[in-house]
Amino acid sequence: MVGWAIAVHGGAGVDPSLPAERQEAARRVLSRCLALGASALRAGRAAVDVVEMVVRDLETDPVFNSGRGSALTRDGTVEMEASIMDGRGRRCGAVSGLTTVKNPVSLARLVMDRSPHSYLAFDGAEEFARQQGVEVVDNSYFVTDENVSMLKLAKEANSILYDYRVPIPETCSAGAGAMQMNGLPISIYAPETVGCAVVDANGHCASATSTGGLMNKMCGRIGDSPLIGAGTYACGACAVSCTGEGEAIIRSTLARDVAAVMEYKGMRLQEAVDWAIKERLDEGKAGLIAVSGDGEVAFGFNTVGMFRGCATEQGLMEVAIW
Amino acid sequence: MGWAIALHGGAGDIPFSLPEERRAPREATLRHCLDLGVAALRANRPPLDVVELVVRELENSPCYNAGKGSVLTTAGTVEMEACIMDGNTNNCGAVSGLSTVVNAISLARLVMEKTPHIYLAFDGAEAFAREQGVEIMDPSHFITPENIERLKNAKEANRVQIDYTQPIKANSTNDQGDSQIGTVGCVAVDNHGNLASATSTGGLVNKMVGRIGDTPIIGSGTYANSFCAVSATGKGESIIRATVARDVAALMEYKGLSLKEAAAYVVEKVPKGNVGLVAVSANGEVTMPFNTTGMFRACATEEGYSEIAIWPVDSNGISEDSQK
Repeated sequence: MVGWAIAVHGGAGVDPSLPAERQEAARRVLSRCLALGASALRAGRAAVDVVEMVVRDLETDPVFNSGRGSALTRDGTVEMEASIMDGRGRRCGAVSGLTTVKNPVSLARLVMDRSPHSYLAFDGAEEFARQQGVEVVDNSYFVTDENVSMLKLAKEANSILYDYRVPIPETCSAGAGAMQMNGLPISIYAPETVGCAVVDANGHCASATSTGGLMNKMCGRIGDSPLIGAGTYACGACAVSCTGEGEAIIRSTLARDVAAVMEYKGMRLQEAVDWAIKERLDEGKAGLIAVSGDGEVAFGFNTVGMFRGCATEQGLMEVAIW
Repeated sequence: MGWAIALHGGAGDIPFSLPEERRAPREATLRHCLDLGVAALRANRPPLDVVELVVRELENSPCYNAGKGSVLTTAGTVEMEACIMDGNTNNCGAVSGLSTVVNAISLARLVMEKTPHIYLAFDGAEAFAREQGVEIMDPSHFITPENIERLKNAKEANRVQIDYTQPIKANSTNDQGDSQIGTVGCVAVDNHGNLASATSTGGLVNKMVGRIGDTPIIGSGTYANSFCAVSATGKGESIIRATVARDVAALMEYKGLSLKEAAAYVVEKVPKGNVGLVAVSANGEVTMPFNTTGMFRACATEEGYSEIAIWPVDSNGISEDSQK
């Protein structure tokens, strides 16, 4: 056995002029989550438990956009979604359209463990939440002042742009990469997703992803995060969690493709991740974290930055943005 | 090379004893839809148009589990979902949780073409339907007496029922009541190798309100790229974890398998009794494997091959259907 490993992300596509204190806050949360996960892994906890625990922590913290701090719909409300997959048996659970559930990833887990289904959404998911007795709060709990301002800016930007492929003037001068994602300038675009991928001491992989979705999205819009094979995937070989332009991730079945090239083309983890980012996204902007059953970790992204971190049993511990 | 089309009305534990009055209308619908699809391909309609029009026709038929004739949730309501994908561009559209939209597949296409998104669901999807002015009906329009009966039987058996052609006897010893019929779909390729796939369903009998299956999940129930187009049917939860539709294409692309090999491999790996699919390749090949008792299906190719069947074709190439 090569040992456990954990990777986390807080979204791909970062404003290069993000203020230092925001970067620090992000690094702190990522470090804290890694420590939480590493400690659980040292104690022998299973991968699927660890990913749930870590993503709960990310959801609860308002720094990233999931749970509290989620991006807002065009109506100014929050609709959250999440999925979790246990590579052991490829069991999975997903939820969409949550408006009161404090920890979407935990409801996704309950769908997997306590319902005959794999995916519940909107009123049905909310009803299931109440049957299961999970913690629920008012929708306003998830809404932050910062995101209310972001929504206003997003509406202004979108009202100028009809076709979101038309480039708009850059708002900052730090060159590399596109300064726009999902039709919004990077300074307005908020990274939308958090995720975690883990391989435990027994070589089992699991991953989970959670998000408030796209700023200014249409009500009822579902992105890649709850879709197995797109935003989340885990099997015997690896576990993956993606972030970025949801539509690009869906059409490229990004998470599944990392595993598919490992399985069908014999690629190792980093090679598979690099290949997927390079070959599968076309003009789409996205990033992902992955772990393999052999204890490896890998990142890949074609965006300007991705909030991320990883730790391994061998003692590697790294948090990065750029 | 040449055009090809395949369509299905669901895979499941379709009993050989299916009475004539339940079988004939289903076969007739398959025949009618196949004819429509073939005529459209011969008239050079793009595959994306062809799969949409065929699935619309299947949705409108009350004898299949999509549109009118959809099975009921545990609350006795209808929640429809659908998905369409264009193999050339990988553009796709999906909808879930519809209760008034007559043709879910057409709404999925509008999501693809008229919004920056791929997938809209429930209230948001219904609102979009009204914005787009698509045909809507009162929810009662979609509910048929057969489905009310099926729900009643399923509740009595206290089971989520996937096979709805047979009433479930409350004291049935057949624990394989989890047989699968649940979806309609169509895949098509023209003689330039353009591919498209479409799938539509009411889901599982007695499903929880808000339950989403494999149909609207790109890569699970529906997929198309430049290699092939796939539409799957069966137990949604099994299809999702096996990313069935994407895997057929991935095996062709990454391992160089042929369409038939890839499709057979994928179906075999899913637990028996859980899946069926129809697929066509850019070269005009067609395959319709399933690991259930049967699958309502039909296909045709430009070369002149055509088939309408329910049960497996035996080793002599003679459809067991024709032996009854």
